[in-house]
Amino acid sequence: MFGRQPVGLAFVSPYVVFLVMIFAYPLGLAVWMSFHDYFFAAPGVAVDRPFVGFDNYTAVLGDPAVRRAFLNILIFLVINVPLTVVLSLILASALNAAIPFRTFFRVSFYVPYLTASVAVVGVWLFLFNSDGLVNKVLGPLAPEPSWLVNTGLAMPVVAIYVTWKQLGFFILLYLAALQNVPKELYEAAAVDGASRSRAFRSVTVPGVRPATTLVVLLATITGANLFTEPYLLTGGGGPNGTSTSPVLLMYQRGIEQGEPGVAAAIGMVLVIGVLAVSLVNRRLLERD
Amino acid sequence: MATTLPPVGQVTVISAAPPVPDQRRRGHPLRLVALTLGALMFLFPFYYMLIGSLQDEPDTTPAGALPNPGNLTAANYSDIDDRINLGRTILNSGIFTGGVLLGTVVFGVLAGYALARLHFRGRGLLFGFMLLVQVIPFQLMTIPLYVLIVRNYGLADSYLGMILPFAINSTAVFIFRQYFLQLPKELFEAAHVDGAGELTILLRIALPLVRPALLTAVLLTFIGPWNEFLWPFLITKDQDMQPLAVALANYISNVAARATNPYGALLAGACVLVAPVVVLFVAFQRHFVSTDIGSGVKG
Repeated sequence: MFGRQPVGLAFVSPYVVFLVMIFAYPLGLAVWMSFHDYFFAAPGVAVDRPFVGFDNYTAVLGDPAVRRAFLNILIFLVINVPLTVVLSLILASALNAAIPFRTFFRVSFYVPYLTASVAVVGVWLFLFNSDGLVNKVLGPLAPEPSWLVNTGLAMPVVAIYVTWKQLGFFILLYLAALQNVPKELYEAAAVDGASRSRAFRSVTVPGVRPATTLVVLLATITGANLFTEPYLLTGGGGPNGTSTSPVLLMYQRGIEQGEPGVAAAIGMVLVIGVLAVSLVNRRLLERD
Repeated sequence: MATTLPPVGQVTVISAAPPVPDQRRRGHPLRLVALTLGALMFLFPFYYMLIGSLQDEPDTTPAGALPNPGNLTAANYSDIDDRINLGRTILNSGIFTGGVLLGTVVFGVLAGYALARLHFRGRGLLFGFMLLVQVIPFQLMTIPLYVLIVRNYGLADSYLGMILPFAINSTAVFIFRQYFLQLPKELFEAAHVDGAGELTILLRIALPLVRPALLTAVLLTFIGPWNEFLWPFLITKDQDMQPLAVALANYISNVAARATNPYGALLAGACVLVAPVVVLFVAFQRHFVSTDIGSGVKG
């Protein structure tokens, strides 16, 4: 009835309780909240939270700030995802070969991924403020207004920051995938007279395609959950909301302004959007 | 594109496009250049963080990127300590991280072991669930979790409230499972014949054999809560309860508006937040190998 080794149930029970409490129940609650006029009340107080159908959703979809946030995240993904795939694959292939100082390179590529975004944002602020090193080096070429307060540049800077920050993790994924590309294929390509770049395109790239699907999926999910960077790097999604992300908006609407129903609806739209983008990506990547 | 192939057996020293990407060759110059440029781009901000944290007067000129003995000070560290109480916030970060590590090592190992080696009802379902958790991002759960933990359970400004959503790291459970799966079946059969119970087998036989996995999982789990910002930020309004990352972020967002010279102190705080992770990673980096993640990719 409980399987051959029912003691296993005892072993997993804390984890199951954890998943139900922290994952399944809140997920259900999010769906429920998005269809109700939910508001905060003191613990234990019974209040009426009427069912409002799709009201929260129509409010969310009709809100220009929300639409701007979704457009921002689209801009973010268009920059971040291709850049992540290309750079991490190139660096992983370079790292995969026998090279001197390998440990040094590995450590230096992973360090941004391992360290707190809050801390690293601090130094990016220092580098990219209007009076910072980047503008000093660029001199007259520095953008006006400066990077983080420029409506056209704020989101791209955030996207590049996140690409840089996460790259180590994706390099790790590609390094693992590269171990599975058969060496014979490179030898065969060489026998056929393929150049190094040709071998990269015809052997490496198709060889790591499953990893690419995974990288695109994970980069999309991470990107869709952008919060810390616009909150700190561009001072809460500025200028003029051109770097606001949906999660930042969820925080502002749900907790600062006390409208968790609306925030939950933004979350649901975001999940559906991410799923749709992922399905399209998968179709495109796994074609041919 | 065709290049003439060297005779078989001839050692290629250098050529425009060597036909076989020889794994043993000591570094193609172009590859080394690319890697070095990459490493510089990755490391420079950290170097600049350290330099900036030691500057008496912020110097953003290119020359300021080099240490200048006339402009060095440790005052920024005491300055940030005055503002966010480093000792207290590090303690909070430590308790938060320690709680998550404890939960993950105790309950995560139990779950990983059961998922790998025990046959019980619902195992497949639980495994699927565990994978699903890793794809559904935490931020989406933020609002309902906030309602649940802060409003319903009244756990705002408490360590328990901070720890709960991260108490068992699913990625670590997955790593544990993969490692327990790799152990030879005969080992367990022998232990069963000797009449050992499952808990004894886990503690006496399986666990000592997967010590490297334990270390990897502990390292991976450590950086989660230590670096986490959004969740503890949401539930701690009391400054005495805030982890270092949250206190530092509040400092950044509050002083960014009135910016006379907040950078020295800010970067000093950043260095304190980054240092433990970098030290741990450099010390244990040889354990932190791509195959661990690889086991995740291959399923």
